Amino acid sequence: MPRWLRLLWSNGTGRFGLIVMATVALVALVSLLWTPFDPLDADVRNRWAAPSWPHLLGTDGTGRDILSLIMAGTRTTVFVSAGAGIVATVVGIALAALGALTARWMRETVAVLVDILIAFPVLIIAMMISSVWGGSLWVVIWAVGIGFGVNIARVTRPELRRVQQSDFVLAGRASGLTASQNLVRHLLPNVAQVFIVQLSWSMAVAVLAEAGLSYLGFGASVTEPSWGILLADLQRYIGIHPLSVLWPGLAITVTVLALNLLGDALREATDPTLQHRMAEIRTPEVVA
Amino acid sequence: MSLEVLDLVVEIDGRRVVDGVSFDVPDGARLGLIGESGSGKSVTALAVLGLLPDGAVARGSIRWNGAELIGMPDRELARLRGDDIGIVFQEPRTALNPIRTVGRQIAESVRIHTGAGRREARLRAIEEATRVHLPDPETIIDKYPHQLSGGQRQRVAIAMALACRPRLLIADEPTTALDVTIQAEILNLLLSLVDEHGMSLMFITHDLAVLAQVATYGVVLDSGRVIEAAPVQALLTAPASPITQGLLRDATATLWRPEGGA
Amino acid sequence: MIRYALTRGVLLVAGLLVSSVLIFLTLRVFPGDVAQIIAGTQASPAAVEALRESLGLNRPLMAQYGDWIGGVLTGDLGTSQLSGVSVGAELAQKAQVTVPLGIMSLVIALLIAVPFGIGSALLRGRAGGTAISVTAQALAAVPVIWAGMMLIVVFAVWLGWLPAQGFPRQGWDQPWQAVRALLLPALTIGIVEGAMLLRFVRSATLQARGQDFVRTAAAKGLTRNRALILHGIPAVGLSIVTVLGLQIAGIIVGSVVIEQLFTLPGIGRMLVADVGTRDLIKVQSELLVLTGLVLIVGFIVDLVHHFVDPRQREAA
Repeated sequence: MPRWLRLLWSNGTGRFGLIVMATVALVALVSLLWTPFDPLDADVRNRWAAPSWPHLLGTDGTGRDILSLIMAGTRTTVFVSAGAGIVATVVGIALAALGALTARWMRETVAVLVDILIAFPVLIIAMMISSVWGGSLWVVIWAVGIGFGVNIARVTRPELRRVQQSDFVLAGRASGLTASQNLVRHLLPNVAQVFIVQLSWSMAVAVLAEAGLSYLGFGASVTEPSWGILLADLQRYIGIHPLSVLWPGLAITVTVLALNLLGDALREATDPTLQHRMAEIRTPEVVA
Repeated sequence: MSLEVLDLVVEIDGRRVVDGVSFDVPDGARLGLIGESGSGKSVTALAVLGLLPDGAVARGSIRWNGAELIGMPDRELARLRGDDIGIVFQEPRTALNPIRTVGRQIAESVRIHTGAGRREARLRAIEEATRVHLPDPETIIDKYPHQLSGGQRQRVAIAMALACRPRLLIADEPTTALDVTIQAEILNLLLSLVDEHGMSLMFITHDLAVLAQVATYGVVLDSGRVIEAAPVQALLTAPASPITQGLLRDATATLWRPEGGA
Repeated sequence: MIRYALTRGVLLVAGLLVSSVLIFLTLRVFPGDVAQIIAGTQASPAAVEALRESLGLNRPLMAQYGDWIGGVLTGDLGTSQLSGVSVGAELAQKAQVTVPLGIMSLVIALLIAVPFGIGSALLRGRAGGTAISVTAQALAAVPVIWAGMMLIVVFAVWLGWLPAQGFPRQGWDQPWQAVRALLLPALTIGIVEGAMLLRFVRSATLQARGQDFVRTAAAKGLTRNRALILHGIPAVGLSIVTVLGLQIAGIIVGSVVIEQLFTLPGIGRMLVADVGTRDLIKVQSELLVLTGLVLIVGFIVDLVHHFVDPRQREAA
């Protein structure tokens, strides 16, 4: 078992995070082949059923099985968090590299740019994209990806710079390694620690963002099963069936919690001195 | 007023940092704790005052005037700290609160144990600042730590530690982080103050040469254990263990300088 | 100090400029035919052309940008094509709901985060400390709309103590009703933001606990807890001020969603509606105002932080 995996597993919260995320991914896969009911199948006679057999979590206003909807929703969750993670990674690394490994004027410009872009909350970015292209899951992915990508860049850039100027990298260059060989062998592994923690937090924000943006109408479309849409649907009848919103909300909370804890566990696992670097602690914005 | 340490064991996160250390500091004595870094000497000092970091457990016995310090509630230990036992730490840069004036920090020592009012404590602070030979005491007490030099900050630390005239002073490598040129000054200041008030001294260092100037009896630590304990003269002239011999070798260069040396 | 303020001021202006350009590019340039979008797919080409003329969209881009910014600086944020109302006037009116909401949320968040954050650090290793920490972790993971929904269920549906929606039509002329209407929304945002802030306060307090000068204070004769409170907490407070900027940004953003849930006639809800109807002109100015707000808050927080820390006061 790879070392990092073992480290995460030994930590209680890390273990919880891993198990939950594995479960979500598993359910997403399974739901492609089977769910207790077809999520879009409206059993009109059985509307608003309380949790019972065979509808283990009850049904919604049109008779659709909530459990199946939640299972199908995991696909959206995985899609959005993975997508946002990838975009954030690319944007983050690109900006960080531009800000650390290039000529001085470029470095300074990028540094200032990043500081300015930090102020753009994810929601505002999402609104901007939505106004032009309408709402969709891609809005969520791009908004979170860019918003967090900038944050990743802010944290990673000084690390990159620090490592680039360290002795063993200079030694590497002196002994004839090309710039890209240097990059892979020395820079990336060191930066990876800082980076991977931010990544897991960005995925957590993506899940929250999907919930909020779908609720506002800028996220998933009404026909796609997503936890955010489900929340929005059920909320309209909250006066009469208050507890139906419990399930999608719980699903979101548990997933986000798992991702957060995973991020925390990763940080402890990769920081041997256990000195909490204050600059790294980003209080994730309220997006949803 | 004596300190008796018996079979002290300190574990931090499961690791034994101090592993069965025993020594005494009788009234008026000057004891040196010497060893390489990591030998457990600083941790021993912290254990005496109940200032071990989170996750540390101390066992064994530390007696001050017959009272057992291990297991004593923090509130009672706090009464001893500063009043009976004072301590000066190694790093003046971080030992002082950066957002308070040095005068207020010295005055705080006084106010904690005497309940003096602001004005009275401020006057005392000026007195103490004068005693440690800080330049221009009346102005300097209104300055912040970052405005002082390293040596001045350490003088402030000494003033804070001695403000209430403790019976025992623990000095944990007080000159190691200072410029070589002022190390001697600070050392002499410490010793003169200790003499003046007849205090006992527990001096911690890794440098045998410094120890020679300061202490009469030396305890050599390595990996948390006492390797050798003897009068300083004996350590210098006839070191019994390889550890002590190693320390002597490292210190030799300074020992035979005309100004230094016992 | 002055020099620092000037530097940050320049950065603020630069930030506002860059933001405005970004917003302009995204909303005025990328979409292509803005007039077509606003008019909708049903409008006749003649109507679209007329709209284009009246919006000045046939003028060169730089001129359009200049017009817009010039307008913003003189207080004219444009007029909505769809409703004919001045954007500036509408913003001012809706601010009466959003600003008090933001302030109440911030107060609640601080009331939760500071005492419980410090408490959970002091109680580290004991049951109470762990309980607080775990609860905060869980609450920070809760999506804000769901938190709102659950609070509505408990306090409005089951207990009936507070209104689930709406804001009194007479606004603040009925102060008690207005506060009641804002209480649940503020609690929602406050609890979630507070939980996030709590984790930070806890971490900062733990870090303060390990500081050398806290140890020195205890060595002088304070108990360890008092040493932490008297010497460590003020340093913690300083680092909280740093994060406060981010928190406020989070609150501003959170209110957008919350106003939707609680049907509060605030700026957030207006923004959502305008984005929905693709009223790009309005959205442009609204987004600029929101972003500007976030940047200005950050600027003020920076100045406060710098002023309070004596180390930096002298540095210039």
